[in-house]
Amino acid sequence: MSLRFEERKALQEPASSSGDPSSRGTRTAWIDGVNPVTRILLALLLSIPLFASIDVISGLVAIGLQLLCIPLTGLRFGTVLRRLALLLIIAPVAGVSMLLYAAPGGQVFFSFGFAHISEASSQLAIAVSIRVVALGLPTILLFARTDPTELADALAQVAHLPSRFVLGVLAGTRMLGLFLDDWRTMSLARRARGVGDRGVLRRFFTMSFVLLVFAVRRGTKLALAMEARGFGADIPRTWSRPSRLSGRDAIALAGGAAIMALSIAAAVLLGTFRFVWS
Amino acid sequence: MTAGAARVVADGWGWRYAGRRLPAVSDVTFTIEPGERVLLLGASGAGKSTLLTGMAGLLGDADEGERSGSLQVDGSDPERQRGRIGLVLQDPDAGVVLSRVGDDVAFGCENLGVPAQDIPARVREALDAVGLDVPLDRPTAALSGGQKQRLALAGALAMRPGLLLLDEPTANLDPDGVREIRASVEQVVAATGATLVIIEHRTAVWADLMTRVIVVGADGGLLADGSPDEVFRTHGDTLADAGVWVPRHPVDLPVLPPLGSGDTVLATHALAVSRDRRQPVQTGLELTVPDGAATVITGPNGAGKSTLALTLAGLLDPLHGAVAAAERLRGHRGLDPARWTSRELLTRIGMVFQDPEHQFLTQTVRDELEVGPRALGWDRDRIDAVVDALLERLGLAALAAANPFTLSGGQKRRLSVATVLAAAPAVVVLDEPTFGQDRRGWIGIVSLLQEEIARGTTVVAVTHDEDVIRHLGGHRIRLAPVAVGSAEARA
Repeated sequence: MSLRFEERKALQEPASSSGDPSSRGTRTAWIDGVNPVTRILLALLLSIPLFASIDVISGLVAIGLQLLCIPLTGLRFGTVLRRLALLLIIAPVAGVSMLLYAAPGGQVFFSFGFAHISEASSQLAIAVSIRVVALGLPTILLFARTDPTELADALAQVAHLPSRFVLGVLAGTRMLGLFLDDWRTMSLARRARGVGDRGVLRRFFTMSFVLLVFAVRRGTKLALAMEARGFGADIPRTWSRPSRLSGRDAIALAGGAAIMALSIAAAVLLGTFRFVWS
Repeated sequence: MTAGAARVVADGWGWRYAGRRLPAVSDVTFTIEPGERVLLLGASGAGKSTLLTGMAGLLGDADEGERSGSLQVDGSDPERQRGRIGLVLQDPDAGVVLSRVGDDVAFGCENLGVPAQDIPARVREALDAVGLDVPLDRPTAALSGGQKQRLALAGALAMRPGLLLLDEPTANLDPDGVREIRASVEQVVAATGATLVIIEHRTAVWADLMTRVIVVGADGGLLADGSPDEVFRTHGDTLADAGVWVPRHPVDLPVLPPLGSGDTVLATHALAVSRDRRQPVQTGLELTVPDGAATVITGPNGAGKSTLALTLAGLLDPLHGAVAAAERLRGHRGLDPARWTSRELLTRIGMVFQDPEHQFLTQTVRDELEVGPRALGWDRDRIDAVVDALLERLGLAALAAANPFTLSGGQKRRLSVATVLAAAPAVVVLDEPTFGQDRRGWIGIVSLLQEEIARGTTVVAVTHDEDVIRHLGGHRIRLAPVAVGSAEARA
């Protein structure tokens, strides 16, 4: 079974020069043995309970425990921080609306029209900002190194989604890079044809339309190529890259449950737990 | 390696696509014996690809079109012979399905239900057969065009087909890629004995490998069917007129002389060019483009020819160093083409892209030709005069109202050159102007460029095509391969 996952990883070394080193490291990590379908479940498990309460403690504990898991993911701390950067920008934005418009409570520091900054609303604002990070972090940790092919294998074999659909989408995603090249070349061509100085919006729409034409044409050709290789035949398909569940998947899920349990328990014990609908 | 070569029998076969009045193919009758190697020829639009797709059993059901007569592989419908028939298409990017080499070759085996434990051996066998010696997890996106076509061939071979169908497998490849594919196919048929059917304009590449030539008539039926020598001898002229590169039928165009020196219209100094503005593909270029003559840029794949062309045309900024135009072309912001406005570029340097469709902007051929003149603010009379003259020159007058996207490959290419000529730029830069062209399209484009040179236009062409170089003459720039990492992936 030369195509099995572990051996593919081992083969990664010679190809790494032409691969994408930023998304697929050459180091193996504990989480590589966790099935991608389990990772999807894990992402849900690590986010849904956090919707139950809005408080600072449960969010902080969850973030803290998840950061401790970084060594299991094979990601570098710096990489995680860089990917978090976008979230760190969005989080305060979500917080600001809470700060201004949440129901006032306790001491009111500032008032202007509908906007009140109060003790309660500022606490809520901080809690919401932390929540955004706590909800985004698992996605980064779980999926930063996930390979699309591996994900498709798991979705078809473990989650039993229709293989025609999954493989069709997988093959289609490969086209995205081609479309980027098309877009770049078309932009240069607009300049060359004397219409590059003005009309950015109009140019955007005409280029989008041409890209659509390319997409339909490429899609048709790809479908033909796939059919020529027996895709969509009535024969039951086999899988050269088996995707299976193992004990590690159970451990991962248990670990996720523990992180959530500890976070909620900490909030309840410290008395900060606030049920969203109360 | 195969379960025996396949026999193909067509009996009065034809196919009409749904929504079309006339059949794409009609009344075709032949028997291809197991192990025969057939070159399938015909004018563009004669239905060669339809016939090949029909042999592959991929034309679809009654919703897609209407069939007549019969076409059978080993005595039954090709639709029910999945895996018995392998098909490789023209576009190297279209044949690749998955993102890693090993996975891609395994794809067909998986679909055919080959037991998982047998697949790795088949994958290796197929990759060995086509001589593609890369790691199994090499990203398919990092392969060169020739490698991608060999991968597509390996993907078909892994299914162990008795019939191999290749639809213009080398049309989009450079000379190295063509040699790679030719060698691979020869190796494969020698090893498997599979029946082989190839559509290809470049007959010289394949003629000595083939045992038989079948020519499809444009109005149905077969025009010729026999040994390569016999068919080329008796139908050579007809085939040449139809766009086929027939051996021993040279092109009737003048050969322009090479050029020593002359006035310079573009010059570079310590120029480094880069596609992504980070990684240089060429550095330290000291080049000159002589005025009013041809300059041909050659070099291996990945040497940065296209990037250099785009930089000379003022579309990409130099990474380092400078491009300077002659004083008579000075723009608002000086002599550096990259600093000119889009409108200023029009009358100074025009660029013809490798894929004509990338530069089409409008709904009709006429509008397409008017884009440049309009951007220059010419009056109606002047625009009409220029456009009418161009339509006439290109033989596109009858198609003035047609959508550019619906033209044939040769017409698209000529139109893309004409849209640039409409603004009468001093310099025309072309990226692979004869790429994928049949004999007719080739002659159309080369004669157009010769006319422009005669009119005093400077022509800069990136090309792999030795005949283009010979017929354009002028000055030649050879880019050496680059030693940086990017070249390795294409080796």
